[in-house]
Amino acid sequence: MDIAAQSIEGGFADPVFNAQTVFRAVMDAMARPGTVQPLPALAHPPAPLSATSGAIALALCDNDTPLWLDPTLHACAAIGSWLGFHTGAPQANTPADAHFAFIASPAEMMAIDGFSQGTQDYPDRSTTLVLQVGNLASGAPLLLEGPGIETSATIAPAQMPRHFIEQWKQNSKRFPRGVDIILAAPEGIACLPRTTRIKMMGA
Amino acid sequence: MTDIATYNFAYLDEQTKRMIRRAILKGIAIPGYQVPFASREMPMPYGWGTGGVQVTASIIGPDDVLKVIDQGADDTTNAVSIRAFFRKVANVAVTTETASASIIQTRHRIPEHPLSAGQVLVYQVPIPEPLRFLEPRETETRKMHALEEYGLMHVKLYEDIAKHGRIATTYAYPVKVEGRYVMDPSPTPKFDNPKMHRSPALQLFGAGREKRIYAVPPFTDVVSLDFEDHPFEVQTFDQPCALCAAENVYLDEVILDDHGGRMFVCSDTDHCEKRREAGHRGHLAPESDPTSQTMEPAQ
Repeated sequence: MDIAAQSIEGGFADPVFNAQTVFRAVMDAMARPGTVQPLPALAHPPAPLSATSGAIALALCDNDTPLWLDPTLHACAAIGSWLGFHTGAPQANTPADAHFAFIASPAEMMAIDGFSQGTQDYPDRSTTLVLQVGNLASGAPLLLEGPGIETSATIAPAQMPRHFIEQWKQNSKRFPRGVDIILAAPEGIACLPRTTRIKMMGA
Repeated sequence: MTDIATYNFAYLDEQTKRMIRRAILKGIAIPGYQVPFASREMPMPYGWGTGGVQVTASIIGPDDVLKVIDQGADDTTNAVSIRAFFRKVANVAVTTETASASIIQTRHRIPEHPLSAGQVLVYQVPIPEPLRFLEPRETETRKMHALEEYGLMHVKLYEDIAKHGRIATTYAYPVKVEGRYVMDPSPTPKFDNPKMHRSPALQLFGAGREKRIYAVPPFTDVVSLDFEDHPFEVQTFDQPCALCAAENVYLDEVILDDHGGRMFVCSDTDHCEKRREAGHRGHLAPESDPTSQTMEPAQ
């Protein structure tokens, strides 16, 4: 398929209801960190943008939300034009300008304090990171505590960023500033809002 | 003919929904923080729940079951008209039963029946800023939230004690969420404050005129402000509901005549009806109790 066709194909078949389905999955995952909200493949973006993170982009992004793509995604011109065609979202010049950041290779990503952290007055003006992970069960198990979790929860996302636990501790210390993470796996969505405290299992 | 203008599902256009949805996600991530949002004009006046309606419209899907209450009642004007609105613009199932609703939009009560995981409680909020009557300037209240400077609120509660001998605030009683933000629980009676604490349901707050959305995720600490020597207390009632004999519920006073006659009945109509169906009788309940008029007739 040529680039022009790639950037047009693969949007939501039913924009209104698909966007609602994706949003409710993200909302439930954000409200209950550690749970995996299943999501069918509603969008079919060009690789290496995954179906799950493509669906998140279609559901939440528009011309009000500058996007930042990691080098893996940025290298593929079809992804930029697919997102541009379907969402109308501009590309952010720097990670700190982005409302949403899409990251296909979390293991090689930049430090999370390079993204917008919001301000003390407006902590909502921070970047939401969408991390594409292979699955949510085969990585190092993370023990989660905090709002939305009755006692504790565990997820084990694969290919997480380097020194993630330490970076997340710094993120928690900045509260109410800080980034929120949406983990986009083929089987569904899990979220790590900035309020979630993470411990390595057995540590 | 049905070729009159039709609305998008749930009335709002998709760009508005995306904007509100992003605000809701930020609200959940920062419990108790008021996220500014571009509130729209709705086909009802401010004060009728435009904030709650926009939040509900942005989260609702075709499989949801909606319940709307106004001061605990399913059958008052505001509740009936909002329920009819969503049946018209989203064609969703509606109910008056707390347990079978997936979304409950509320004006100033939390249902007596305990909420469960997976339910969403949407509050209509008139004044989202708990500090507004103490400090009218938005620039200042924003700074106070940023610096976690809530001394003024404690002074206000202290002045209550100095004047009345007790904390006289009975509704919109300020709470602290997850040890950080002081939040207005909307003008619910303080009787309902303990129900917010570590509730299994997601709680979303929408203020349409003031253009703010905030949230309390499930299992989040919500603590009513108080003092060691004046601990927080909820209202108590010295008699049970006159219709269903329920105790430890919030009661409304109903004037019966102009000679001082009055009765106290459950504010939560669904709870009261369920109890009467189960055979509970208060001292003013009619002998044979017609309790089947729970829904307005189908269109």
